[in-house]
This record gives sequence, structure tokens and C-alpha cells, in this order.
Amino acid sequence: MHPSYMVTEVLNLLAASLLLISFAMLSRRRTQRLITLFAWQGLVLFASTLLVAYSSGLRELYYSAALTLLLKVIALPWILQRLIHRLGVQWDSETLVNIPTTMLVGLGLVIFAFGLAQPISRMATTITRNTIGIALAVIFLAFLMMITRRKAVTQVIGFLAMENGLFFAATSATYGMPMVIELGIALDLLIGFFILGIFFFQIREQFDSLDLSNMEALKED
Amino acid sequence: MVILIVLGLPLLGALLLALFGPHRYAAELNIGISFASLIAVVFLVLRVLRHGPMLVLHDQFFVDSFNVFLVALTAFVGFTTALFSRPYMRIEEQRGHLNAARLRLYHSMYQVFMAAMFLALLTNNMGLLWVAMEAATLSTVLLVSLYRTRASLEAAWKYFILCGVGIAQALFGTILLYLAAEHVLGHEGMTALLWTHLNAVKGQLEPRVLGLAFVFLLVGYGTKVGLVPLHNWLPDAHAEGPTPVSAVLSGLLLNVALYAVIRCKILVEGSIGSYLPGRMLMGFGLLSAVLGAFFLWRQRDIKRLFGYSSIEHMGIITFAFGLGGPIANFAALLHMTVHSLTKSSIFFTAGHASQTADTQQMDGIRGLVSISPTVGWGLMLGSLAILGMPPFGVFASEFLILTTAMREHPWTTPFLLIALGVAFAAIFRKVQPMVFGESDAPPLPHSPALVPVFIHLAIVLMLGVYIPFVLAEWYRAAALLIGG
Repeated sequence: MHPSYMVTEVLNLLAASLLLISFAMLSRRRTQRLITLFAWQGLVLFASTLLVAYSSGLRELYYSAALTLLLKVIALPWILQRLIHRLGVQWDSETLVNIPTTMLVGLGLVIFAFGLAQPISRMATTITRNTIGIALAVIFLAFLMMITRRKAVTQVIGFLAMENGLFFAATSATYGMPMVIELGIALDLLIGFFILGIFFFQIREQFDSLDLSNMEALKED
Repeated sequence: MVILIVLGLPLLGALLLALFGPHRYAAELNIGISFASLIAVVFLVLRVLRHGPMLVLHDQFFVDSFNVFLVALTAFVGFTTALFSRPYMRIEEQRGHLNAARLRLYHSMYQVFMAAMFLALLTNNMGLLWVAMEAATLSTVLLVSLYRTRASLEAAWKYFILCGVGIAQALFGTILLYLAAEHVLGHEGMTALLWTHLNAVKGQLEPRVLGLAFVFLLVGYGTKVGLVPLHNWLPDAHAEGPTPVSAVLSGLLLNVALYAVIRCKILVEGSIGSYLPGRMLMGFGLLSAVLGAFFLWRQRDIKRLFGYSSIEHMGIITFAFGLGGPIANFAALLHMTVHSLTKSSIFFTAGHASQTADTQQMDGIRGLVSISPTVGWGLMLGSLAILGMPPFGVFASEFLILTTAMREHPWTTPFLLIALGVAFAAIFRKVQPMVFGESDAPPLPHSPALVPVFIHLAIVLMLGVYIPFVLAEWYRAAALLIGG
């Protein structure tokens, strides 16, 4: 078998598992499990970036793979773990409305994402161009997760998963953005994450829970 | 070099204010730094006047006729807001709404926010533009939640999540832009996201990818502009944050976000060679103007009211950019300037008005003129200016937009007229009883700094009758650049 063919196959496999993890996240109720899934998603992302770096020989991609490993596989899940332990919400479970419907909507989103990705894939010259549709699908699914959840922590995990999808889109369409931009994005993400962490405590102090359905004061009357 | 000073000063200031935060003179230091930034920007403007547009530091930063007046406006309003915020925040502290630690956070984040906006305006790199917009969001999230009340936390959370999702769309748009650019400009180096380089080759960029990119960029940055139906965060953030923050959000951040949209529009329109981006801007703009105006009727909170008014005006400006052509673009740029000045001055007076009455509910605010004539008349004049009464500058720009719309797309005229009429009736009806009438509320413990209000309104008045030659030249050059 041709080596580049092998690489493409493995990349497709990784992309597929990324999509699977996204679907799994949609259906998980417990916060603890969601964090584990998020860490797995980061790991798959790291592996695929590393593989693309290896096959394209671009040094910048090695750096961004390292950044992914540090930030999304180690740092963020670890901080999230500590946060939910300190907040005591690790075994919180949400009553999700109708998982099958959510799954069906998710399926529709995936089809839509693939349709949308068509012109982009045709234009990209990377070996990963087939996976742009999956990247878009991951973004949309994370978005769906943010809409359907009512807990602050889960919404944030959805937000982070969306960022994973964006990062995957950048690597598969263009071999990643210029390094300075990527560092800037990572920095913004990290700061944003810390702010949200502080928010958790403030919200709990004010509302006695992290359930966002308590937040209904500011509606238009 | 000057650019680096402009960018560095607020960052340095943020650091200083974070270190010496709970100091007695923190507010004065904040004013000093804002003033220093303003001076640096004046030097920058003088250089541009003498040597024309500049492109520096390996083309990473640039100043052209489109961003030069926005930079000046940002520095100016940043300075006047710092002036206003000194007595305002002092009163808030005295009333126990804030403590010294929160004030430190406030001052420091104020400067971070200024730095992020300068970076967004001055960078030539579309990626850095995104990073700066996100940084501006993050710093203002902390400012919106400053009071740590239930409502302010809810507003800040909503702001963070909505703008976070929005800005993620913009990032995807930027990635698509990079994909198209990479084909023409190459992967090596950092040139493929430079706006000036992209603008030079925009005809060769793949139109289908750019069209798709524009949808994402418009939705992404449009969320921050407050375009309906992506506007949900805006009134809450304006109402629940401290008033100086409402003033800079409305006066500056919305402009900067719209600036990002228009930069993208120039590239995309050049690539796909159709009016589609302009039409999309027109649609979003018209919807925001009309719905924003109707929402005004239902408001009871004074800061929410003017938050919705900002949605309406950003809608009008977006619509004008969508119309395109030298006159509409000129009017849109003028409207950006006068709206920013007028709206921030309104928030200054509205802030003191609600402090005087100790409520933000408009029913509770009465007889401002009898307690403090400057606050009362400031609010009245500001409202008249924002409603487009002649001879204020808002009238001039709205008149230009309306006549161009009549000529080019007559069907839009009734919608615009409805928006303007409804907004007039709603705001005038609500402001009039607040300003006049009787009241027995005691005067404020610190005399408010209302000089900025009258300086802003004087400039708006001047722009209504006479636009300085230099400014008109910038507007004209920028209008040509935007095209459409």
C-alpha cells in the first residue's frame, strides 16, 4: 500500500472518530463523562494534527500539535475536573429533552455540513480536504449541544468542543493558520476559559446553582 | 513607531492600574493614560496628514483613510469616558455598589479594552483582527459583570456565550478567507491574511469560498454589531454594566465590529463581483433599524432604551454601507462618527440621571432639569441629536442616507421612515417627562463631569453644519475604498 494512502486512511478514521465523539457528547448526561469525552476529542485532534504534520513536513504544524496536546488534552480537562470537584457538580446529571430527536437533528446538521463543505473541499489542496465536512459537522454539533443544555458547565464544554471543530477545520483546509494567529487564538481561549471558571463561582453564589434556567430575569416583557 | 506607542500605552496602563489599583488616584491615572493615548493618536494622525497612508512593521499594521478617523474617535471617546467615569464610579463606590478591588479590575480592564480596540483597528492582519475582537469581548465581559448582581451576571453570561459563538463563526470565516488567499498569495510567511495584500488580489480569490466566508464573517462580527436577530446580548449588557462601559460599548465597540464587517465586505465584493454582500448588509440593516425602533416602545429601563436605540442606528449605518456608492458610504461613515459621539454623551447623562433618582427605571426618574440643569439639558439635547433633529450631524447623515435610498431602492424608503418616526415618538415621549417636571431627589454627592457631554454635542452640532476639509477628505477616500 502507498504510504500517503495509508496516512489518508488513518486521517479519515480519526476524523470519523471525532464525529462519533461529538455525537456521544450530545447524548451524555453526566458532566464528568462529558469532560472525559472532551479530553478524548483533544487527543484525536492531537493525533491527526501530528499525522498531518508528519506527512506534510511543515514544522509549524508540529508546534500546533504540541499546543493542542498541552492545552486541550492536559490543561483544560484538568482544570475542568478540578473546577467541578470544587463546585461539587461532577455527578450532576441533566434531564435532556428527547435524545432521539436531538440525534436526528444532529444527523441533519451533518448532512448540511457536508453539503456546505463541498466547494471548500474542491478548492483545498491538503491531503485532509475530505474531512472539512466533518470539521464543520463537529462545529455544528457543538453548537447544538450548547443550545440544548441548561447547565453552565456543559455549555462551556460545548463552547470548547466548537473551538476543537474550528481548529480541525483550519488544519484540514489549510494546514493551519499562521503560528502567531494560532497562538493568539489559544491565548484568547485560555483567558476566556478562566473568566468562565470565575463566573461559575459567582453564578453559584448568586443563584445557588449552576442551572441556567434560573437566569430568566432579563427577558423582554 | 507611533503605532506601537498607541498600542502599547493602554497595555502599560492596564498593567500599572492592576499593580497600583486600589490607589486613591487610580481614576486620575486612568484619565492620564487615556489622555496620553489620545496625544499619541494625534501624532499618528498628524503623520498620516503629512505623509499619507502608512503601512509599517512588515506590513502588519496600517493606517488608511478608513481607519484613521475611527482610531481618532476611539481615543477621543476613550478619554472623555475616562473623565466621566471618575466622579461616576466614585459615587457608585460611595453607595456601596463597588469596592476597591472591583474598581481596580474596572480600571485595568478599561485599558485592556482600549488596547484591544486599537489593535483591531490598526492591524492589517485579518487573523489578528479576530484575536483583537475576541480580546475586546473578554475584557468587556468582566466589565459587564462588575456589579456581581444576579442581573449583571446573567447579562454577562449571555454576552459571553452569544458573542463567543458569534465570534467562532467569524473565525471559521477567517479560515475560509485564508484558504482562498493561500492559493493566490502562498502559505509561506504571514502575508496571506494581510488585508492590503488581499485587497490587491481580490479579483483572483475564489468567489464561492469567499461568498461562504462572508456569510460566516457577517454573522460572526454582526453579532457584535448587534444586528437583529443576533442582538439579544446588547440591551442586557448595556443595561447591567456600569454606565461608562455602556458608553464605550455603544460608542466604540459596535463601530469597531462594523469596521471589521466592512473590511471583509470590500474583499468579498471584489472577489465575487456581485452586489450580494451589499444586499445582505441592506437586509440585516433594515431589519435592525425597524425592529430596533419598535422595541424602543416597550422599554422601561433608561439604559436598555438607549441600547435598543444603538441597535436601530447600527442598522441604519449597516444599511447605508449596503447601499454602497460614494454618497451612502460617506453618510454611513459620518453617521458612525456622530452616533458614537452622541450616544456616549447620552449614556453619560443617563448614568447620572439614574444615580440621581437611584433607579434605572424611567418611571422613577423625574424633573432632572430642576435638580441638575446640566444633566437634564444634556439628556434632552443628546436625545434630540440622536433623533436626527437638524442642525445636529445625525440629521445630515440620515438625510443623505434617506435620499440615496429613495433614488436607488425606493421600496426601502417607507421602512426607513417608519423606523425613524417610531424611534422619534418612542424616545421623545419617554425622555420629556424625565427631563421636565418636579422632583425632590437630592443632588449628587460629587458634581458630575459633564463637560464631555457638551463637547461631544458641540462636535456633533458642528458636523451637522460644517465638516472640516480633512475629515471630509478621509470620508471621501474611505467611501471610494469601500465602493459597492
